[in-house]
Amino acid sequence: MMHEIFSFVRGPMVWIAFTVFTVGSLYRFISMWRLAKKKDSVVFNYFSFFYALRSIGHWIFPFAGVNMRKHPAMTVVAFLFHICLFVVPIFLSAHVIMFKESWNISWRWLPDPAADIMVMIVIVCCLFFWGRRIFLKEVRYLTSVSDYLILAAVAAPFISGLWAYHQWTAFSAVMIVHIISGEILLMIIPFTKLSHMLFFPFTRGYMGSEFGAVRHAKDW
Amino acid sequence: MTKQSPANIATIPDEGIDKGGQRLTTDQITRVISRHLEEEGGARLKIYMETCVHCGLCSDACHFYLSNDHDPKFSPAGKVKQALAPIIRKKGRVSVDFIKKASEIAFTECNLCRRCVMYCPFGINIAYLMLFIRRICHKLGVVPQYIQDTAHSHSATMNQMWVKEDEWIDTLHWQEDEARDEIENLRIPLEKEGADIFYSVIGPEPKFRAQLIYQAAVIMNAAGMDWTMPATSGWDNSDMCMYTGDEEMVARLKKVHFEAAMRLKTKRIVMGECGHAFRSVHDVGNRYLGWKMSPLSVIHAIEFYYELFRDRKLRVRQKYSIPVTLHDPCNVVRGGGLHELARYVIHETCSRFVEMHPNREHNYCCGAGGGVINCGPPYTKKRESSSKVKADQLADAMARGAKVIIAPCHNCHSGLEDTVKHYGLDMEIKFLGDIIYECIYK
Ligand code: HEM
Ligand code: SF4
Ligand code: SF4
Repeated sequence: MMHEIFSFVRGPMVWIAFTVFTVGSLYRFISMWRLAKKKDSVVFNYFSFFYALRSIGHWIFPFAGVNMRKHPAMTVVAFLFHICLFVVPIFLSAHVIMFKESWNISWRWLPDPAADIMVMIVIVCCLFFWGRRIFLKEVRYLTSVSDYLILAAVAAPFISGLWAYHQWTAFSAVMIVHIISGEILLMIIPFTKLSHMLFFPFTRGYMGSEFGAVRHAKDW
Repeated sequence: MTKQSPANIATIPDEGIDKGGQRLTTDQITRVISRHLEEEGGARLKIYMETCVHCGLCSDACHFYLSNDHDPKFSPAGKVKQALAPIIRKKGRVSVDFIKKASEIAFTECNLCRRCVMYCPFGINIAYLMLFIRRICHKLGVVPQYIQDTAHSHSATMNQMWVKEDEWIDTLHWQEDEARDEIENLRIPLEKEGADIFYSVIGPEPKFRAQLIYQAAVIMNAAGMDWTMPATSGWDNSDMCMYTGDEEMVARLKKVHFEAAMRLKTKRIVMGECGHAFRSVHDVGNRYLGWKMSPLSVIHAIEFYYELFRDRKLRVRQKYSIPVTLHDPCNVVRGGGLHELARYVIHETCSRFVEMHPNREHNYCCGAGGGVINCGPPYTKKRESSSKVKADQLADAMARGAKVIIAPCHNCHSGLEDTVKHYGLDMEIKFLGDIIYECIYK
């Protein structure tokens, strides 16, 4: 039984998850593009690559903007979080080996102790975000159940991954949890607020264009 | 008697919202909003609403939030949560009371200053979202009465203050007469075809501050400019319709303004010291008319003064010696990048300049902009208590010596006057033009 579930989540389910993620993301891009063409033509008319990149550059560089300097803890946490969030799943040795086994492609991977630390960083960062939602009243006010659920969905693959890696109790069941939660996370990205990953370059880029080219002002 | 907290709403009833609301039913509201979402709710609305990660980082941008004890209801995303999110979630099926509340939030608790755009990591444009609500309120006829009255004036007279054509012309003649006592042969050239400069002002200038036209004429004269003003509609560059969500009227107003300048075959438009009018002409109205940028060159007074000093057209007799500070108006600084030019003019004309902090793009709004002050007496208290950070910022500049606040914007002027009075600050507020008028060889 356990074995069947395992081979399903390691086999077909992976395909489903990646397909939902890519097709879902493409669908979001294309439908948003068409909607914008129809009703938001200003976005295209005023888009300026130079100013878009100028703004994006300032916002993906730690402490480049005033607000990032006002919230140093949040800035450090947010950057660490996002960096580890991307690096660990892609460069984890166990993940790379799976690609090697299935498709015979591989790339450099992280030493396991480093990955171990980065996973813990992600978890601590999620705790920090969780704490903000509870203790900062301006964040609490904006928070609804879905924000907690999404945060949990982000944390789950990392917590279960850490657990399984260290072979704590019932780790083979936790391994299944790890795989499923990772797949769920991938699948919900295009359809929840996690779609900020898809749209960040566009929202920031558009505002950067308006501020730079029309208003001759900074937006950071 | 119940105790009233100062931030508490409308002690004076607002007929625009109350009576407007009385005429509505939930069905009507639903019908109007769902049509509106269908017609005008595009990708920006969708992405802004979905991309917001509810991180609250925009809060520190907003003077309403900062001034009202960090009450999260006043944070930018907090206002969206209250006034817009339910509309989208319920596809417009909201109650009359909801709409009345949403109208009050969108019209009187946001100055559309766009400071939050610089604080949100995604650049989510809260001002756009607030305007989206205002446009819904416009379509539903639930707009605060005072600002709606100015919008009515715009549509009936093409100016903001119900000024009739003969009154406009009379005012110019009167100011010309007055100025001639000081400078012989000074002219306020009306309807001069082919002049270099088309000078336009906002409706309240002829109505309440005619001496500004006088001063502008003196400055034009001293600099030897070839300028004119129209005798017809089109002289008023202001635009409250931009703030009531009446986009059709914005287009009509800007059309009349541009056409007056073109009819007179002038080379460019110079605008008086007003921020929202600049936003309307430079950034908004042109779009509704289908022009990417304005069809002829438009410059704000700050840039014009800058050119006059740079080109040595004006000469300073004696620098202004009272220490000044500068309030950077949102619409010409965050909306036009004129902050360094304003400082250039100040350095040319004043001997002591004290920066207020924060400044430039990061300056706090005066609390009056975005049509908030135009919503009138029912909201004065709220406006004043929501300007507390502004008052602190001014008090700090005052402590470092500043006695005069230069505010190159009409709205800012009125807002700062209220703030200075309400918080008992001993500061005077002036336009750049006031300072220049005092300092130059005429
Ligand atoms: C290029 C991709 C991405 C960019 C540019 C980006 C950017 C951001 C930004 C600017 C924030 C706002 C506040 C902060 O700095 O924390 C944020 C928050 C967040 N991001 Fe991302 N992100 C990306 C991808 C992702 C992905 C793939 C995930 C999860 C799968 C994710 C999860 C989160 C979460 C959970 C928060 C909110 C934390 C909270 O609850 O306050 N992000 N992101
Ligand atoms: S536009 Fe200005 S007033 Fe409105 S929410 Fe943003 S910071 Fe506050
Ligand atoms: S800073 Fe931006 S993403 Fe965060 S709550 Fe405010 S609007 Fe939403």
